Amino acid sequence: MTLISLSALDLSVAALLVVLLGVLSWRLHLGIGRELGVAAARTVVQLLLVGLALTAIFEHAHFGWVSLIALVMLLAAGREAMTRQERRFIGWWGFGLGALSMFVSSFTLTIYALLAVIGPEPWYAPQYAIPLLGMVLGNTLTGIALALDRLTQNAWDRRHVIEQRLMLGASAAEAIVDIRRLAMRSGMMPSVNAMAVAGIVSLPGMMTGQILAGAPPLEAVKYQILIMFLITAGTGFGTFAAIWLGAQRLFDGRDRLRLERLQQR
Amino acid sequence: MLELISLRTALVGPISLRVAAGECVAIHGPSGSGKTRLLRAIADLDPHEGEMRLDDTPAGRMTGPEWRRAVQLLPADPLWWEPTVSAHFTRFDAAAAVALGLPPESGAWPVDRLSSGERQRLALLRALDREPRVLLLDEPTANLDETSRHRVEALLARYRQDKGAAVIWVSHDAEQRARVATRKLRLRDRILVPEQEDT
Repeated sequence: MTLISLSALDLSVAALLVVLLGVLSWRLHLGIGRELGVAAARTVVQLLLVGLALTAIFEHAHFGWVSLIALVMLLAAGREAMTRQERRFIGWWGFGLGALSMFVSSFTLTIYALLAVIGPEPWYAPQYAIPLLGMVLGNTLTGIALALDRLTQNAWDRRHVIEQRLMLGASAAEAIVDIRRLAMRSGMMPSVNAMAVAGIVSLPGMMTGQILAGAPPLEAVKYQILIMFLITAGTGFGTFAAIWLGAQRLFDGRDRLRLERLQQR
Repeated sequence: MLELISLRTALVGPISLRVAAGECVAIHGPSGSGKTRLLRAIADLDPHEGEMRLDDTPAGRMTGPEWRRAVQLLPADPLWWEPTVSAHFTRFDAAAAVALGLPPESGAWPVDRLSSGERQRLALLRALDREPRVLLLDEPTANLDETSRHRVEALLARYRQDKGAAVIWVSHDAEQRARVATRKLRLRDRILVPEQEDT
Protein backbone atom coordinates (compact mmCIF):
# COMPACT_ATOMS: atom_id res chain seq x y z
CA MET A 1 0.00 0.00 0.00
CA THR A 2 1.39 3.39 -0.92
CA LEU A 3 0.49 6.90 0.05
CA ILE A 4 -2.26 8.50 -2.04
CA SER A 5 -0.96 11.96 -2.80
CA LEU A 6 -3.35 14.84 -2.13
CA SER A 7 -3.75 17.46 -4.84
CA ALA A 8 -4.49 21.14 -4.35
CA LEU A 9 -8.01 20.39 -5.53
CA ASP A 10 -8.45 17.75 -2.81
CA LEU A 11 -7.48 20.32 -0.18
CA SER A 12 -9.84 22.91 -1.66
CA VAL A 13 -12.70 20.48 -1.12
CA ALA A 14 -11.70 20.29 2.56
CA ALA A 15 -11.27 24.07 2.72
CA LEU A 16 -14.84 24.43 1.49
CA LEU A 17 -16.00 22.92 4.78
CA VAL A 18 -14.16 25.57 6.77
CA VAL A 19 -15.63 28.29 4.55
CA LEU A 20 -19.11 26.87 5.18
CA LEU A 21 -18.44 26.90 8.92
CA GLY A 22 -17.26 30.52 8.62
CA VAL A 23 -20.42 31.57 6.80
CA LEU A 24 -22.57 29.86 9.41
CA SER A 25 -20.77 31.48 12.35
CA TRP A 26 -21.06 34.85 10.61
CA ARG A 27 -24.81 34.37 10.23
CA LEU A 28 -25.09 33.40 13.89
CA HIS A 29 -23.07 36.48 14.96
CA LEU A 30 -20.58 34.32 16.85
CA GLY A 31 -17.87 36.92 16.31
CA ILE A 32 -15.38 34.19 15.56
CA GLY A 33 -15.57 34.14 11.74
CA ARG A 34 -12.58 36.42 11.33
CA GLU A 35 -10.44 34.45 13.76
CA LEU A 36 -11.45 31.23 12.02
CA GLY A 37 -10.34 32.61 8.68
CA VAL A 38 -7.03 33.90 10.00
CA ALA A 39 -6.33 30.63 11.83
CA ALA A 40 -7.12 28.54 8.76
CA ALA A 41 -4.89 30.73 6.60
CA ARG A 42 -2.11 30.48 9.21
CA THR A 43 -2.39 26.69 9.18
CA VAL A 44 -1.90 26.59 5.42
CA VAL A 45 0.98 29.06 5.34
CA GLN A 46 2.80 27.80 8.45
CA LEU A 47 2.54 24.14 7.51
CA LEU A 48 3.61 24.77 3.92
CA LEU A 49 6.64 26.68 5.17
CA VAL A 50 7.50 23.90 7.59
CA GLY A 51 7.08 21.38 4.78
CA LEU A 52 9.50 23.33 2.61
CA ALA A 53 11.94 23.75 5.48
CA LEU A 54 11.78 20.08 6.38
CA THR A 55 12.31 19.05 2.76
CA ALA A 56 15.42 21.21 2.63
CA ILE A 57 16.72 19.99 5.96
CA PHE A 58 16.10 16.32 5.24
CA GLU A 59 18.30 16.70 2.21
CA HIS A 60 21.13 18.25 4.20
CA ALA A 61 21.09 16.53 7.59
CA HIS A 62 23.43 18.98 9.26
CA PHE A 63 23.54 19.26 13.07
CA GLY A 64 23.60 23.06 12.89
CA TRP A 65 20.37 23.25 10.89
CA VAL A 66 18.60 20.78 13.14
CA SER A 67 19.67 22.77 16.21
CA LEU A 68 18.49 26.01 14.64
CA ILE A 69 15.04 24.56 13.92
CA ALA A 70 14.90 23.17 17.47
CA LEU A 71 15.77 26.60 18.88
CA VAL A 72 13.08 28.32 16.84
CA MET A 73 10.55 25.74 18.04
CA LEU A 74 11.59 26.32 21.65
CA LEU A 75 11.32 30.10 21.40
CA ALA A 76 7.89 29.87 19.81
CA ALA A 77 6.76 27.43 22.52
CA GLY A 78 8.11 29.72 25.26
CA ARG A 79 6.20 32.65 23.86
CA GLU A 80 3.02 30.60 23.52
CA ALA A 81 3.29 29.30 27.11
CA MET A 82 3.62 32.89 28.28
CA THR A 83 0.61 34.26 26.39
CA ARG A 84 -1.62 31.47 27.67
CA GLN A 85 -1.29 32.74 31.24
CA GLU A 86 -3.63 35.35 32.64
CA ARG A 87 -1.31 36.41 35.45
CA ARG A 88 2.13 35.78 34.13
CA PHE A 89 5.34 36.74 35.88
CA ILE A 90 6.57 40.15 34.83
CA GLY A 91 9.89 40.66 33.07
CA TRP A 92 11.95 37.87 31.63
CA TRP A 93 10.50 35.38 34.08
CA GLY A 94 7.22 35.27 32.16
CA PHE A 95 8.99 33.88 29.13
CA GLY A 96 12.01 32.25 30.75
CA LEU A 97 10.17 30.11 33.26
CA GLY A 98 8.21 28.17 30.65
CA ALA A 99 10.99 28.13 28.05
CA LEU A 100 13.59 26.86 30.50
CA SER A 101 11.34 24.11 31.87
CA MET A 102 10.41 23.02 28.36
CA PHE A 103 14.02 23.06 27.29
CA VAL A 104 15.14 20.92 30.22
CA SER A 105 12.40 18.31 29.87
CA SER A 106 11.60 18.13 26.14
CA PHE A 107 15.16 18.32 24.86
CA THR A 108 16.54 15.84 27.38
CA LEU A 109 13.78 13.35 26.65
CA THR A 110 13.97 13.72 22.89
CA ILE A 111 17.73 13.22 22.91
CA TYR A 112 17.30 10.27 25.27
CA ALA A 113 14.75 8.67 22.95
CA LEU A 114 16.94 9.26 19.91
CA LEU A 115 20.06 7.82 21.49
CA ALA A 116 18.69 5.05 23.69
CA VAL A 117 15.49 3.95 21.95
CA ILE A 118 15.26 4.69 18.24
CA GLY A 119 18.95 5.00 17.39
CA PRO A 120 18.84 6.60 13.90
CA GLU A 121 22.07 7.28 12.00
CA PRO A 122 23.21 10.01 12.69
CA TRP A 123 21.39 10.35 16.02
CA TYR A 124 20.09 13.81 15.12
CA ALA A 125 18.63 12.61 11.79
CA PRO A 126 15.98 15.29 11.14
CA GLN A 127 13.30 12.81 9.96
CA TYR A 128 13.22 11.51 13.54
CA ALA A 129 14.54 14.35 15.67
CA ILE A 130 12.26 17.14 14.52
CA PRO A 131 8.85 15.39 14.56
CA LEU A 132 9.74 13.77 17.88
CA LEU A 133 10.76 17.07 19.45
CA GLY A 134 7.69 18.74 17.99
CA MET A 135 5.31 16.27 19.56
CA VAL A 136 7.01 16.29 22.96
CA LEU A 137 7.36 20.06 22.97
CA GLY A 138 3.77 20.69 21.90
CA ASN A 139 2.36 18.57 24.70
CA THR A 140 4.82 19.80 27.30
CA LEU A 141 3.79 23.31 26.37
CA THR A 142 0.14 22.53 27.10
CA GLY A 143 0.96 21.01 30.49
CA ILE A 144 3.34 23.73 31.60
CA ALA A 145 1.09 26.58 30.50
CA LEU A 146 -1.89 25.01 32.26
CA ALA A 147 0.05 24.33 35.46
CA LEU A 148 1.64 27.78 35.65
CA ASP A 149 -1.70 29.43 34.99
CA ARG A 150 -3.19 27.41 37.83
CA LEU A 151 -0.31 28.24 40.15
CA THR A 152 -0.38 31.99 39.67
CA GLN A 153 -4.16 32.24 39.57
CA ASN A 154 -4.62 30.18 42.73
CA ALA A 155 -1.80 31.97 44.53
CA TRP A 156 -3.59 35.22 43.75
CA ASP A 157 -7.05 33.98 44.74
CA ARG A 158 -5.75 32.42 47.96
CA ARG A 159 -3.20 35.09 48.82
CA HIS A 160 -4.82 35.88 52.17
CA VAL A 161 -4.69 32.26 53.29
CA ILE A 162 -1.05 31.99 52.16
CA GLU A 163 -0.19 35.09 54.17
CA GLN A 164 -2.14 33.85 57.18
CA ARG A 165 0.00 30.71 57.13
CA LEU A 166 3.14 32.79 56.87
CA MET A 167 2.01 34.87 59.87
CA LEU A 168 1.77 31.68 61.89
CA GLY A 169 5.36 30.84 61.02
CA ALA A 170 4.95 28.59 57.99
CA SER A 171 7.74 28.56 55.41
CA ALA A 172 7.00 29.58 51.84
CA ALA A 173 7.01 25.92 50.79
CA GLU A 174 4.54 24.97 53.54
CA ALA A 175 2.31 27.94 52.79
CA ILE A 176 1.88 27.05 49.12
CA VAL A 177 2.19 23.26 49.16
CA ASP A 178 -1.48 22.54 48.38
CA ILE A 179 -1.61 25.08 45.56
CA ARG A 180 1.59 23.69 44.12
CA ARG A 181 0.22 20.16 44.25
CA LEU A 182 -2.99 21.18 42.45
CA ALA A 183 -1.03 23.00 39.76
CA MET A 184 1.21 19.99 39.13
CA ARG A 185 -1.77 17.69 38.90
CA SER A 186 -3.58 19.91 36.43
CA GLY A 187 -0.45 20.06 34.27
CA MET A 188 -0.12 16.27 34.18
CA MET A 189 -3.80 15.46 33.81
CA PRO A 190 -4.16 15.91 30.02
CA SER A 191 -1.37 13.48 29.14
CA VAL A 192 -2.47 10.93 31.76
CA ASN A 193 -6.02 11.13 30.39
CA ALA A 194 -4.76 10.82 26.82
CA MET A 195 -2.96 7.57 27.74
CA ALA A 196 -6.07 6.24 29.46
CA VAL A 197 -8.33 6.66 26.44
CA ALA A 198 -5.78 5.96 23.71
CA GLY A 199 -7.11 3.43 21.25
CA ILE A 200 -10.55 3.25 22.84
CA VAL A 201 -11.93 6.72 22.47
CA SER A 202 -9.23 8.35 20.38
CA LEU A 203 -6.90 7.11 17.70
CA PRO A 204 -3.81 9.24 18.26
CA GLY A 205 -2.91 11.49 15.36
CA MET A 206 0.62 10.28 14.85
CA MET A 207 -0.39 6.64 14.67
CA THR A 208 -3.24 7.42 12.32
CA GLY A 209 -0.85 9.38 10.15
CA GLN A 210 1.60 6.51 9.93
CA ILE A 211 -1.17 4.08 9.05
CA LEU A 212 -2.47 6.45 6.36
CA ALA A 213 1.07 6.61 5.02
CA GLY A 214 1.07 2.83 4.63
CA ALA A 215 2.90 1.64 7.74
CA PRO A 216 1.79 -1.69 9.26
CA PRO A 217 -0.60 -0.91 12.16
CA LEU A 218 1.50 -2.70 14.77
CA GLU A 219 4.61 -0.70 13.84
CA ALA A 220 2.59 2.49 14.09
CA VAL A 221 1.23 1.39 17.45
CA LYS A 222 4.71 0.77 18.84
CA TYR A 223 5.78 4.25 17.83
CA GLN A 224 2.64 5.68 19.36
CA ILE A 225 3.34 3.97 22.67
CA LEU A 226 6.86 5.36 22.65
CA ILE A 227 5.54 8.83 21.91
CA MET A 228 2.90 8.70 24.63
CA PHE A 229 5.47 7.68 27.23
CA LEU A 230 7.78 10.46 26.09
CA ILE A 231 4.96 13.00 26.13
CA THR A 232 3.78 11.99 29.58
CA ALA A 233 7.29 12.02 31.04
CA GLY A 234 8.16 15.27 29.27
CA THR A 235 5.01 16.98 30.44
CA GLY A 236 5.42 15.67 33.98
CA PHE A 237 9.07 16.62 34.44
CA GLY A 238 8.55 19.92 32.66
CA THR A 239 5.59 20.73 34.88
CA PHE A 240 7.58 19.87 38.02
CA ALA A 241 10.39 22.15 36.94
CA ALA A 242 8.09 25.03 36.01
CA ILE A 243 6.02 24.82 39.18
CA TRP A 244 9.06 24.48 41.39
CA LEU A 245 10.67 27.53 39.82
CA GLY A 246 7.39 29.45 39.75
CA ALA A 247 6.62 28.77 43.39
CA GLN A 248 10.12 29.97 44.31
CA ARG A 249 9.57 33.14 42.36
CA LEU A 250 6.31 33.91 44.19
CA PHE A 251 8.31 34.36 47.40
CA ASP A 252 11.54 36.13 48.29
CA GLY A 253 14.47 35.09 50.44
CA ARG A 254 12.58 36.08 53.61
CA ASP A 255 9.66 33.82 52.62
CA ARG A 256 7.39 36.79 51.93
CA LEU A 257 4.65 36.45 49.32
CA ARG A 258 5.59 38.78 46.45
CA LEU A 259 2.54 38.94 44.18
CA GLU A 260 3.71 42.21 42.66
CA ARG A 261 5.96 39.97 40.57
CA LEU A 262 2.84 38.91 38.69
CA GLN A 263 1.27 41.00 36.00
CA GLN A 264 -1.90 42.68 37.22
CA ARG A 265 -4.93 42.42 34.99
CA MET B 1 13.21 43.01 73.71
CA LEU B 2 11.87 44.21 70.34
CA GLU B 3 13.76 47.02 68.72
CA LEU B 4 12.93 48.81 65.48
CA ILE B 5 15.56 51.11 63.99
CA SER B 6 14.38 53.42 61.19
CA LEU B 7 11.91 50.83 59.94
CA ARG B 8 10.43 52.11 56.71
CA THR B 9 8.22 50.80 53.92
CA ALA B 10 6.72 52.58 50.93
CA LEU B 11 3.77 53.65 53.11
CA VAL B 12 5.02 54.09 56.70
CA GLY B 13 8.13 55.07 58.59
CA PRO B 14 10.84 55.81 59.41
CA ILE B 15 9.88 54.29 62.74
CA SER B 16 12.20 53.69 65.66
CA LEU B 17 10.76 51.96 68.68
CA ARG B 18 11.88 49.84 71.60
CA VAL B 19 9.41 47.60 73.36
CA ALA B 20 10.61 45.98 76.61
CA ALA B 21 9.64 42.52 77.83
CA GLY B 22 6.22 42.58 79.44
CA GLU B 23 5.40 45.96 77.95
CA CYS B 24 2.22 46.75 76.01
CA VAL B 25 2.39 49.60 73.52
CA ALA B 26 -0.98 50.81 72.27
CA ILE B 27 -1.12 52.46 68.86
CA HIS B 28 -3.93 54.35 67.28
CA GLY B 29 -4.37 56.63 64.31
CA PRO B 30 -6.99 57.51 61.73
CA SER B 31 -8.11 54.88 59.23
CA GLY B 32 -5.65 54.59 56.40
CA SER B 33 -2.76 55.98 58.44
CA GLY B 34 -0.87 52.72 57.91
CA LYS B 35 -1.28 50.93 61.22
CA THR B 36 -1.84 47.57 59.55
CA ARG B 37 1.05 48.25 57.17
CA LEU B 38 3.29 48.98 60.12
CA LEU B 39 2.36 45.71 61.83
CA ARG B 40 2.94 43.82 58.56
CA ALA B 41 6.40 45.35 58.26
CA ILE B 42 7.25 44.40 61.86
CA ALA B 43 6.13 40.82 61.11
CA ASP B 44 8.47 40.97 58.10
CA LEU B 45 5.62 40.30 55.66
CA ASP B 46 6.41 43.34 53.51
CA PRO B 47 9.77 44.42 52.15
CA HIS B 48 11.22 47.25 54.25
CA GLU B 49 14.29 49.27 55.00
CA GLY B 50 15.86 49.70 58.41
CA GLU B 51 16.64 47.17 61.07
CA MET B 52 14.71 45.03 63.52
CA ARG B 53 16.08 43.14 66.49
CA LEU B 54 14.59 40.61 68.85
CA ASP B 55 16.56 40.22 72.08
CA ASP B 56 19.53 41.84 70.31
CA THR B 57 19.39 39.31 67.44
CA PRO B 58 18.99 41.13 64.12
CA ALA B 59 16.05 39.91 62.02
CA GLY B 60 18.51 39.05 59.25
CA ARG B 61 20.09 36.40 61.48
CA MET B 62 16.80 34.52 61.65
CA THR B 63 14.84 33.14 58.69
CA GLY B 64 11.57 34.87 57.83
CA PRO B 65 9.47 32.01 59.29
CA GLU B 66 11.55 31.95 62.50
CA TRP B 67 11.00 35.67 62.94
CA ARG B 68 7.26 35.46 62.28
CA ARG B 69 6.84 32.56 64.69
CA ALA B 70 8.45 34.68 67.41
CA VAL B 71 6.78 37.94 66.32
CA GLN B 72 3.18 36.89 65.72
CA LEU B 73 0.82 39.14 63.83
CA LEU B 74 -2.84 38.65 64.68
CA PRO B 75 -4.65 40.26 61.73
CA ALA B 76 -7.98 42.04 62.00
CA ASP B 77 -9.59 39.39 59.81
CA PRO B 78 -7.94 36.06 60.63
CA LEU B 79 -8.43 33.20 58.16
CA TRP B 80 -8.99 29.49 58.60
CA TRP B 81 -8.40 26.87 55.94
CA GLU B 82 -8.49 23.44 57.60
CA PRO B 83 -11.90 21.82 58.24
CA THR B 84 -11.75 22.07 62.04
CA VAL B 85 -10.38 24.64 64.47
CA SER B 86 -7.90 22.35 66.21
CA ALA B 87 -6.27 21.29 62.91
CA HIS B 88 -4.67 24.76 62.92
CA PHE B 89 -3.06 24.22 66.32
CA THR B 90 -0.03 22.30 67.50
CA ARG B 91 -1.87 21.82 70.81
CA PHE B 92 -5.36 23.19 71.42
CA ASP B 93 -5.45 24.72 74.90
CA ALA B 94 -8.99 24.04 76.17
CA ALA B 95 -8.36 25.92 79.43
CA ALA B 96 -7.39 29.06 77.54
CA ALA B 97 -10.52 28.65 75.41
CA VAL B 98 -12.63 28.58 78.55
CA ALA B 99 -10.85 31.70 79.80
CA LEU B 100 -12.08 33.43 76.63
CA GLY B 101 -15.65 32.28 77.23
CA LEU B 102 -15.54 29.46 74.67
CA PRO B 103 -16.50 25.87 75.50
CA PRO B 104 -13.58 23.45 75.91
CA GLU B 105 -14.78 21.44 72.90
CA SER B 106 -14.57 24.48 70.60
CA GLY B 107 -11.39 22.96 69.11
CA ALA B 108 -13.53 20.39 67.33
CA TRP B 109 -15.78 23.02 65.74
CA PRO B 110 -15.90 23.20 61.95
CA VAL B 111 -14.42 26.50 60.86
CA ASP B 112 -17.16 27.51 58.44
CA ARG B 113 -19.66 27.76 61.29
CA LEU B 114 -17.63 30.20 63.39
CA SER B 115 -19.10 33.62 64.10
CA SER B 116 -16.77 36.57 63.57
CA GLY B 117 -16.33 36.91 67.34
CA GLU B 118 -15.44 33.23 67.75
CA ARG B 119 -13.12 33.47 64.79
CA GLN B 120 -11.29 36.37 66.40
CA ARG B 121 -10.93 34.78 69.84
CA LEU B 122 -9.85 31.42 68.45
CA ALA B 123 -7.31 33.17 66.21
CA LEU B 124 -5.80 34.73 69.33
CA LEU B 125 -5.47 31.25 70.85
CA ARG B 126 -3.93 30.03 67.60
CA ALA B 127 -1.33 32.82 67.70
CA LEU B 128 -0.52 32.08 71.36
CA ASP B 129 -0.22 28.38 70.47
CA ARG B 130 3.06 29.27 68.66
CA GLU B 131 4.33 30.78 71.94
CA PRO B 132 5.44 34.10 70.45
CA ARG B 133 7.82 36.51 72.22
CA VAL B 134 6.07 39.48 70.64
CA LEU B 135 2.38 39.86 69.73
CA LEU B 136 1.23 42.34 67.12
CA LEU B 137 -2.52 42.79 67.56
CA ASP B 138 -4.64 44.49 64.92
CA GLU B 139 -7.96 45.42 66.54
CA PRO B 140 -8.20 42.03 68.29
CA THR B 141 -11.53 42.79 69.99
CA ALA B 142 -13.34 44.63 67.19
CA ASN B 143 -16.14 42.04 66.89
CA LEU B 144 -16.52 41.24 70.58
CA ASP B 145 -19.06 42.19 73.23
CA GLU B 146 -17.89 43.80 76.44
CA THR B 147 -17.55 40.59 78.46
CA SER B 148 -15.46 38.89 75.79
CA ARG B 149 -13.39 42.04 75.36
CA HIS B 150 -12.43 41.99 79.02
CA ARG B 151 -11.66 38.29 78.87
CA VAL B 152 -9.30 38.83 75.96
CA GLU B 153 -7.60 41.69 77.76
CA ALA B 154 -7.17 39.56 80.90
CA LEU B 155 -5.76 36.60 78.97
CA LEU B 156 -3.27 38.82 77.16
CA ALA B 157 -2.19 40.53 80.40
CA ARG B 158 -1.53 37.13 81.90
CA TYR B 159 0.42 35.93 78.85
CA ARG B 160 2.50 39.10 78.97
CA GLN B 161 3.29 38.55 82.62
CA ASP B 162 3.91 34.80 82.53
CA LYS B 163 6.04 34.73 79.39
CA GLY B 164 7.56 38.20 79.55
CA ALA B 165 6.11 38.83 76.10
CA ALA B 166 5.93 42.24 74.47
CA VAL B 167 2.69 43.44 72.88
CA ILE B 168 1.94 46.06 70.26
CA TRP B 169 -1.81 46.65 70.30
CA VAL B 170 -3.62 48.64 67.63
CA SER B 171 -6.99 49.81 68.95
CA HIS B 172 -9.54 52.50 68.12
CA ASP B 173 -11.00 52.30 71.59
CA ALA B 174 -9.49 54.97 73.89
CA GLU B 175 -10.81 53.28 77.04
CA GLN B 176 -9.28 50.00 76.00
CA ARG B 177 -5.95 51.68 75.32
CA ALA B 178 -6.09 53.21 78.79
CA ARG B 179 -6.81 49.79 80.31
CA VAL B 180 -4.17 47.70 78.55
CA ALA B 181 -1.28 49.95 77.59
CA THR B 182 1.89 50.69 79.46
CA ARG B 183 2.67 53.26 76.76
CA LYS B 184 0.43 54.98 74.20
CA LEU B 185 1.52 56.11 70.75
CA ARG B 186 -0.18 57.62 67.77
CA LEU B 187 0.63 57.04 64.10
CA ARG B 188 0.55 60.37 62.29
CA ASP B 189 2.14 61.38 59.00
CA ARG B 190 3.95 58.05 58.72
CA ILE B 191 5.64 58.27 62.13
CA LEU B 192 4.85 57.36 65.74
CA VAL B 193 4.36 60.21 68.21
CA PRO B 194 3.39 60.06 71.89
CA GLU B 195 -0.35 60.18 72.41
CA GLN B 196 -1.51 63.42 74.07
CA GLU B 197 -3.06 62.91 77.49
CA ASP B 198 -6.18 64.87 76.53
CA THR B 199 -7.04 62.87 73.38
